[in-house]
Amino acid sequence: MTLADIPEVSMALDDQGADVPAIIKGTGHLPEMRVDPIALFHRVREECGDVGRFRLADKDVVLVSGADANEAFFRAPEQVLDQAAAYPFMTPIFGKGVVFDASPEERQQMLKNQALRGEMMRGHAQTIEAEIRRMVAGWGDEGEIDLLDFFAELTIYTTSSCLIGRPFREQLDGSFAEIYHRLEHGTDAIAYVDAYADIESFRVRDQAREELVAKVQAIISARVANGETPKEDRDLLDVLIAVGYDADMVTGIFISMMFAGHHTSSGTASWAMIELLRHPDVMGDVVAELDALYADGSEVSFQALRSIPVLEAALKETLRLHPPLIILMRLVQEDFELLGHTLPKGTVIAASPRVSNRIEADFPKAEEFDPGRYVDPRQEDLQNRWTWIPFGAGKHRCVGNAFAMMQMKAIFSVILRDFEFEAAQPLDSYADDFTKMVIQLQQPCRVRYRRRVSRLAGARTSTTEES
Amino acid sequence: MRVVADTSICQGHQLCQAEAPDVFGFDTDADVVVVREEHPDESLRPAVTTAVKYCPAFALSIEEED
Repeated sequence: MTLADIPEVSMALDDQGADVPAIIKGTGHLPEMRVDPIALFHRVREECGDVGRFRLADKDVVLVSGADANEAFFRAPEQVLDQAAAYPFMTPIFGKGVVFDASPEERQQMLKNQALRGEMMRGHAQTIEAEIRRMVAGWGDEGEIDLLDFFAELTIYTTSSCLIGRPFREQLDGSFAEIYHRLEHGTDAIAYVDAYADIESFRVRDQAREELVAKVQAIISARVANGETPKEDRDLLDVLIAVGYDADMVTGIFISMMFAGHHTSSGTASWAMIELLRHPDVMGDVVAELDALYADGSEVSFQALRSIPVLEAALKETLRLHPPLIILMRLVQEDFELLGHTLPKGTVIAASPRVSNRIEADFPKAEEFDPGRYVDPRQEDLQNRWTWIPFGAGKHRCVGNAFAMMQMKAIFSVILRDFEFEAAQPLDSYADDFTKMVIQLQQPCRVRYRRRVSRLAGARTSTTEES
Repeated sequence: MRVVADTSICQGHQLCQAEAPDVFGFDTDADVVVVREEHPDESLRPAVTTAVKYCPAFALSIEEED
């Protein structure tokens, strides 16, 4: 069994170079993946085609793209391609003993019983609308915000409230989001060599996790001191306390529950705003659609669960160009047949939403932001189910995608009806920081808001609705 | 039209049943969608199209027939 028949991509960065940290010298493409993963992944497709290969230390990574290879990747059973083992940088964040991700069967069970069920969505939509209104309640008639700070904080409140429970969310403030952000930033690809290496970003990560555990410990202690929580006020934290988990374990569970929905939603909301500012015609269409939709005074929590086609198309196009996860990985557990190649056990196999979403043959003028792609009859998302993959695909397709889209629709319904926005820096200066496996917007990423004059009547209506 | 459901990737969200209850049912033992009406009447096309578009698992499709 050999990978020799799969071409390996060229080296763009010398892995023995003077700038390469000692711990990752001689690790093949790892130094490049740490600084410019996008260039690396695109080059694999350019040089090697649908099935190519790069090297991370002692692991060969087979990177697939294109519909056929992606479909084989996404359809493979769990026992053949394992997710958990492919993401070593997550273990220190969740903590040992907390699983990376549930099996498809467990996910389905969770879906049936818990927070992401279709019938729970109405309540979540109301929660999210209320959280956004709280965030903008302190805004004046005009001002400036940092997109990363704003949406990272908002999505801490929405994910904690919807997934863990309102009582827990009420015990959080902005400091929780700030600490959580430091934790997400501790995902340096050096983890592929040693997830506990003595480097600055891992020290910051471990410090942040300790701070979160301390916060959760304080919340737990206060609840225990208060005696048993009345049944109707209980949330997931009460359940975990009753089960006997300690603060470290509870924190790990909460981090893992919130992880999938946090930086992903935060980044998508930010990029949607940036793309709308870059394309004023699309912004105009979206605002007109929202104004018309809500003209009759209907509620955001109601409409966010329904079709908002122009906004949805803009969100989908944002997701295509700026997928929050640029690479999805699995560890091959038993020899795996892929388009005539046999990948031996121990190989890492990966698909890249960033690369697949921009395949020119599937998405003409792939570099252009064009929400028209999702209008009948083009429907480039449905037509390209295995290459339009901002949410992944197959059994592992993001189980929270309906929740995420609803949240985006609620956010933009609230903020675009009451405020107008403009860039506070050059439009081409907004960019992602790709130096960590969890991608975040580079700061500064500031925008200015101004309360809409023509919307004053509407704004009053929504204030009334809230009270 | 012919309605097709890929039960190997269905995640059991059950949103399709809300959109087109005459066309989509649910197998509670297997936790996956069941196509109750493979060739629904043309009048159900908007509902089925919506179900296909909003399926969180992208497990549904419409195949056109001559």
